[in-house]
Amino acid sequence: MEQTTETFTANARRAMANETLQVELARLSQGFPQRRQQAADRMPEFEALRDQARDIKNHVLANLDLYLEAYEAKVIAMGGQVHWARNAEEARAHILKICKSVDAKTVTKSKSMIGEEIAINDYLEKNGIAPIETDLGEYIIQLRNEPPSHIIAPAIHVSKAQVEADFRRVHTDLPIDRNLDDPTSLLQEARGQLRDKFLQADVGLTGANMLVAETGSNVLVTNEGNADLTYALPRVHIVIASLEKIVPTLEDATTILRVLARSATGQDMSVYTSFCTGPKRPGDPDGPEQYHVVLLDNGRTELLGSEFEEVLRCIRCSACMNHCPVYKAIGGHAYGWVYPGPIGAVLTPALMGIDGAADLPHASTLCGKCESVCPVRIPLPKLLRSWRTRHFEMQPARSPGHLALAAWAWIARKPALYHKVNGLIIAMLGAFGRKKGRLKWLPLAAGWTSKRDFPAPMGDTFIQQYHHGARGDASGQWLRRQQP
Amino acid sequence: MAEHPGSAGSRTPVNHPSAAPDVGLFVTCLVDLMRPAIGFATVKLLQDAGCQVSVPAAQTCCGQPAYNSGDRKNTRAIAQQVIATFEAFEYVVVPSGSCGGMISHHYPSLFAADDPWKQRAEALADKTFELTVFLADIIKSSHIKAVYKSTATYHDSCSGLRELEIKDQPRDLMSAVVGLEVIEGEQAEVCCGFGGLFCVKYPDISESMLDQKIADIVATGAQLVTGGDLGCLMNIAGRLSRRGVATEVRHVAEVLVGMTDLPAIGAPEQVEN
Amino acid sequence: MSEARGEILSKIRTTRTSPNAAKNILGTMQARIRDHSANLIPERGQRPADERVAQFMAEATRVNATVTRVAGNPDIPREVARFLTDNNLPSRIKQAPSLAHLDWSETMLTVSQGVGDAADEVCVTSAFGGVAETGTLVTYSAAENPTTLNFLPPVHVVVLKSKDITGAYEDIWVRLREALKNKDQSDNFMPRAVNFITGPSRTGDIQQTLLLGIHGPQRLHIVIVDDKTP
Repeated sequence: MEQTTETFTANARRAMANETLQVELARLSQGFPQRRQQAADRMPEFEALRDQARDIKNHVLANLDLYLEAYEAKVIAMGGQVHWARNAEEARAHILKICKSVDAKTVTKSKSMIGEEIAINDYLEKNGIAPIETDLGEYIIQLRNEPPSHIIAPAIHVSKAQVEADFRRVHTDLPIDRNLDDPTSLLQEARGQLRDKFLQADVGLTGANMLVAETGSNVLVTNEGNADLTYALPRVHIVIASLEKIVPTLEDATTILRVLARSATGQDMSVYTSFCTGPKRPGDPDGPEQYHVVLLDNGRTELLGSEFEEVLRCIRCSACMNHCPVYKAIGGHAYGWVYPGPIGAVLTPALMGIDGAADLPHASTLCGKCESVCPVRIPLPKLLRSWRTRHFEMQPARSPGHLALAAWAWIARKPALYHKVNGLIIAMLGAFGRKKGRLKWLPLAAGWTSKRDFPAPMGDTFIQQYHHGARGDASGQWLRRQQP
Repeated sequence: MAEHPGSAGSRTPVNHPSAAPDVGLFVTCLVDLMRPAIGFATVKLLQDAGCQVSVPAAQTCCGQPAYNSGDRKNTRAIAQQVIATFEAFEYVVVPSGSCGGMISHHYPSLFAADDPWKQRAEALADKTFELTVFLADIIKSSHIKAVYKSTATYHDSCSGLRELEIKDQPRDLMSAVVGLEVIEGEQAEVCCGFGGLFCVKYPDISESMLDQKIADIVATGAQLVTGGDLGCLMNIAGRLSRRGVATEVRHVAEVLVGMTDLPAIGAPEQVEN
Repeated sequence: MSEARGEILSKIRTTRTSPNAAKNILGTMQARIRDHSANLIPERGQRPADERVAQFMAEATRVNATVTRVAGNPDIPREVARFLTDNNLPSRIKQAPSLAHLDWSETMLTVSQGVGDAADEVCVTSAFGGVAETGTLVTYSAAENPTTLNFLPPVHVVVLKSKDITGAYEDIWVRLREALKNKDQSDNFMPRAVNFITGPSRTGDIQQTLLLGIHGPQRLHIVIVDDKTP
């Protein structure tokens, strides 16, 4: 996927001017948080389960090599194959090779963030294989040739009217005068269009919500059932997953499932949770003949043992973005790569480099809502700060940012001078603005005054008044009046 | 001398049968420069509650702008100065959740485990409290005598709410203000879009967040919006004023002490008779 | 093994603080997998046995499934027929081989058997278990249980024995390991597909509106049977 994080500010501005998008974002930030809260309230043990989910992921990360080996051995024992990929290119090559080996014409796909990360669709298309997204949201954005704007609701930015227009544009085999007013009619049309694709596909490509070391299984969680038709019908099932998706046992997977849907959509459980293990067994009347797992690193081993390791706990539930006031304002596309929202702001610099993505960790008020809802308790604000530190330390010592902070820090450690200089500035600002109570414009503070007035300072600083009995402002006089 | 709050995390209230709690006031740079009234209100609230209040002249800023910009070196330097200035007090009280959180939550993380400053930072962290937490949870004796016939809504600033778990304390204290009715905003816990340098670096995003906040405040119908952090309050007041909305903005300390005949934040000066 | 594999694993190993740690950890890891101990099971997954059927029914209903309870196997065909007639649904059904013992002669239904295909309108299958905690059905692939029957038809009817309703998902894993361990002396018990099904297919992808039946069944009807025979 093409990265556009460098133009973050412009992306964000465009998103805020897009009224359709703003309507959908308002709906999202109402619905998801409310439903998550209700689900959490129905589960008194929810906080304890979050702790356990965090601990399971930490345990795996601390022993990742051993769990990967155990998992791989089990996949092989169950008749599957594991392909290791250091980067996107290797992962794409593995997938293409498998597809070519069965002379695949079409590949059905169940939503996968890793699929986005390695841009598999473009690659397959260039190699003459048609990838077909089957998650309804992914299908819609594939028709529109857009990237997803949310992890679990990829077409959140698209209105019903736009879906209708896209369906009319693409589904040209259907009567022009058909009625698509009702959302159900759109649903039926998508179901009909995709039915044949499911049945004809040569290869089914899915992601994995988890990989279970105990059994060599991949776990797939959907509400639509598209993942199940994707792996169960074609001759070949390929799983593409990043290596931190491992959990030790079915019991551990179960604990994570208990927090996943509740955090994501506010359901107690998603509709379909499937554990796939190897290919068709002797006597099985259906199922794939081949089972492959492509295990992707793509920069994750670099994060292990680093200050960013905790981000590898992420189970891609979207709670952080569902609750993020910045995401609510700008939507997912503004973040400019695969992962939007707070998790994207930490993950994108980690996987794509901070250089082109420096805006992401800065474009946050560090309000902490994301951390408070993260099912695996990733300290997202702390990690955003860590990126700011890394980025700051990469800037030349004489960059304007460095110099300004150095000057502030210098004077902040000279209290006498600090109070004298600031006292003068404040007295001046106060003199200009006190009467009206506000300043409409301030030198060097256009970022502030372009959107808001600047409340005028009251007069002398507190320290001056308190210690030097200066002229005093109204509050000093007020206080003196109150003293007996 | 009363017992110190002691080791990390233990924040037991202390009884003071005789000695007045020895409190150092860290007034914060914004209050110092922009709205001394909050400083005076804080001093009065602490004194009314029986505290011995000192205001060290050597205080400046807690270092948060540097910290949130990723400048660890300068943050550490400023933190060392704050630690040295305030570590002798029994308590340090801060009329701000974000600066209070900076000291009690983030200072210890600035220093390596083997750095002697780490222990000093932890010791200071343990005895530093945001104003309403100190009044409601530590001193635990209400001396609120203010009268204010008005309706108010409280904006939960992010650091106070999520780092220091400030939620009930200001509301409990405000319930003692005679005549004041508190109306909860549906989005009281949602960020106002201030975020320190965020609001000047990303003014458009900040504006969008701020307008949501203002819509929520207006929806309460309250005459006054109050909160524990001047940064957020200046942000909100500046936008209210720009949009011509008449809702008053005041820091919770001003409300609790009854300092409400002063011009509100961003409001024109009144002519004194 | 591949170069990529070696490089990835060795990169991970360099993050370990102590090179000797791996040995001890290997034992711990193997034990953890072998013991597969349960983590916290919430109270709602541990209610007394006599409350479980009602809990299952309430939870399944909450997620838009329909549920009826019948006394024994002979009642199943009648109940399926009633459900289809009452809802104006087609009378051609395909059943899983696991239900071959049912006698449909009393009904007017046309019954076939096999794997799922595009023409299926109603499929009737049996569940390995039910989880009261969330009203979840559990089924797994086997000769007598084609996976495709669960997902292709617009209407899915599932037969579930009340004695197979457990409290929590963990109980299912215990039962599954127990049920399948004899087939293979190794610990490779896991069937090709284990499916947890909690309500009918749904999507919120069009204007965040909840719609049922996008790819999987639009209707999920559960027939709970109190039959005590295995």
